[in-house]
Amino acid sequence: MSSIIEAPSIRLQLGGATILDGISLHVEAGEQLAIIGPSGAGKTSLLRVLASEWRSQPAVLLFGKDPWALSGRERQGLRRDIGLIWQKPPLPPTQRVITAVSAGKLADWSLLKSLRTLWHHNDAERIQTVLQSLGIADKLLQRCGELSGGQLQRVGIARVLYQSPKLILADEPVSALDPSLARHAIDVICSHARQHQATLVASLHAVDLALAYFPRIIGLRAGEIQFDCSPADISTAMLDTLYAGEHAAMAFTNPTAIPVARCN
Amino acid sequence: MNVSAQQLVDHQHKQQLLWLALVAMVLLPIYYASGFRVQGVFDASSWQVMGQFVDGFFPPRVDQEFLQFVLRASGETIAVATLGLAGAFFIGAPLSLIISRALSLSEIGPADYCFVCKLLRWPFRFFALLIRSLPEIVWALLFVRMTGLGPMAAVLAIAVSYGGMLAKVYNEIMESGALEPSRALMLGGAGRLQAFFFGVLPSVYRELLSYTVYRWECALRASVIMGFVGAGGLGQLLELSMRHFQGSEAATLLLAFFLLVLLADGISALLRWAVR
Repeated sequence: MSSIIEAPSIRLQLGGATILDGISLHVEAGEQLAIIGPSGAGKTSLLRVLASEWRSQPAVLLFGKDPWALSGRERQGLRRDIGLIWQKPPLPPTQRVITAVSAGKLADWSLLKSLRTLWHHNDAERIQTVLQSLGIADKLLQRCGELSGGQLQRVGIARVLYQSPKLILADEPVSALDPSLARHAIDVICSHARQHQATLVASLHAVDLALAYFPRIIGLRAGEIQFDCSPADISTAMLDTLYAGEHAAMAFTNPTAIPVARCN
Repeated sequence: MNVSAQQLVDHQHKQQLLWLALVAMVLLPIYYASGFRVQGVFDASSWQVMGQFVDGFFPPRVDQEFLQFVLRASGETIAVATLGLAGAFFIGAPLSLIISRALSLSEIGPADYCFVCKLLRWPFRFFALLIRSLPEIVWALLFVRMTGLGPMAAVLAIAVSYGGMLAKVYNEIMESGALEPSRALMLGGAGRLQAFFFGVLPSVYRELLSYTVYRWECALRASVIMGFVGAGGLGQLLELSMRHFQGSEAATLLLAFFLLVLLADGISALLRWAVR
């Protein structure tokens, strides 16, 4: 087993404020882990650091390398193995779904090949299959701006599944989906990662989803890791402390009443 | 301290007055420096002179021989404007991509080597500024020395000066659009140009297209002006007619010119409808 993520007690400061404070994280290839915690805990920031979008001190090692010690070209080469699922997928509203999904493969293509793709798609079947697995096969030729928030979020997931990277980083990937769809989408992402031996790190607002689908849970609060263990070892008291002052903590005493996160 | 609502509103009112005073303080000296005097507009004798000149415009000259001249000149003007703008596009589009911060890989992180990259952008910014700071007529006068009288100088002048303008405005349009799509692609390992075609262009191509067509309209006007320095087309005919006090010919030419701009407007509307 080789380590995919190696964070040696990292700190992240933005505009004088400490966002992440001494995060130590070690993730092996093929692991699947969920990050939970109240809003503002630093979940998204941690993912941005892991995605090599932001620089922490000291740097996170990705695939055993410090991305910031590499040349620009090598760093782009490293990033081709990272796939990002965004809470609000940044897709141009006028772009067709098929183009938005095929953009996942850009790093593997030459400029000429990507321009040819804009002109004529020749991998439509595979893209259709991916969309099918997420229940939006009929949206293939629609424009992203015409989709609902939930459909758009699934297009974002489809892009990363099509990219098939070694490391999938998902920031609230199902926040705009209703509970049953959210479970299905998480299931699709997790089984894709299993099939392709990809590593998966997802931040989730829905605690029940995290506990149900992920073998390793990280509790993040105020930029620090509160716990890092399997869901079986997580007690109600631990969650209460994690979410202290948040509405979700009170709901957790009655697990059936946990609201699955929705985008509001 | 308690402040009543009226006091708040009064305070805001004072600030507005202050801004007004500031604007006046800037504009008044500008008015005097410009040499423009508003009373000249209301001077009866100057209107009379212009009236006599315009009087000669009617009726416009519409005999077949002259109309053929006008038609050929219009074609020449369209050709000059179109070719010039095409040249401007090939200068401006690459320049705008080079000077754009929207597609900067080094801004992510930010990475260490960004200093050198930023430094590299400045000469190109400066170049774009330099070529658009001279009006196209000045460029035309320069190129006339190189290529001699004729449309060639006008094409080159439009290509160069509009190339600088396109670079600036294309860049501004790109930077004003959403940056997240292209950044997301670059974070997945895509190159700058790939990020442009898949992340930036889909959001801004309408603005780019509509601005380019507007520039084409400006190029039509510019090619008329450059006709005055011997670059052919409608402008040269207009200059000849004006110089020989042929008001009726000038009227026809101005009408032809009006139709050209109307055509440009129609094409612009058609294109925007087609890519809606």
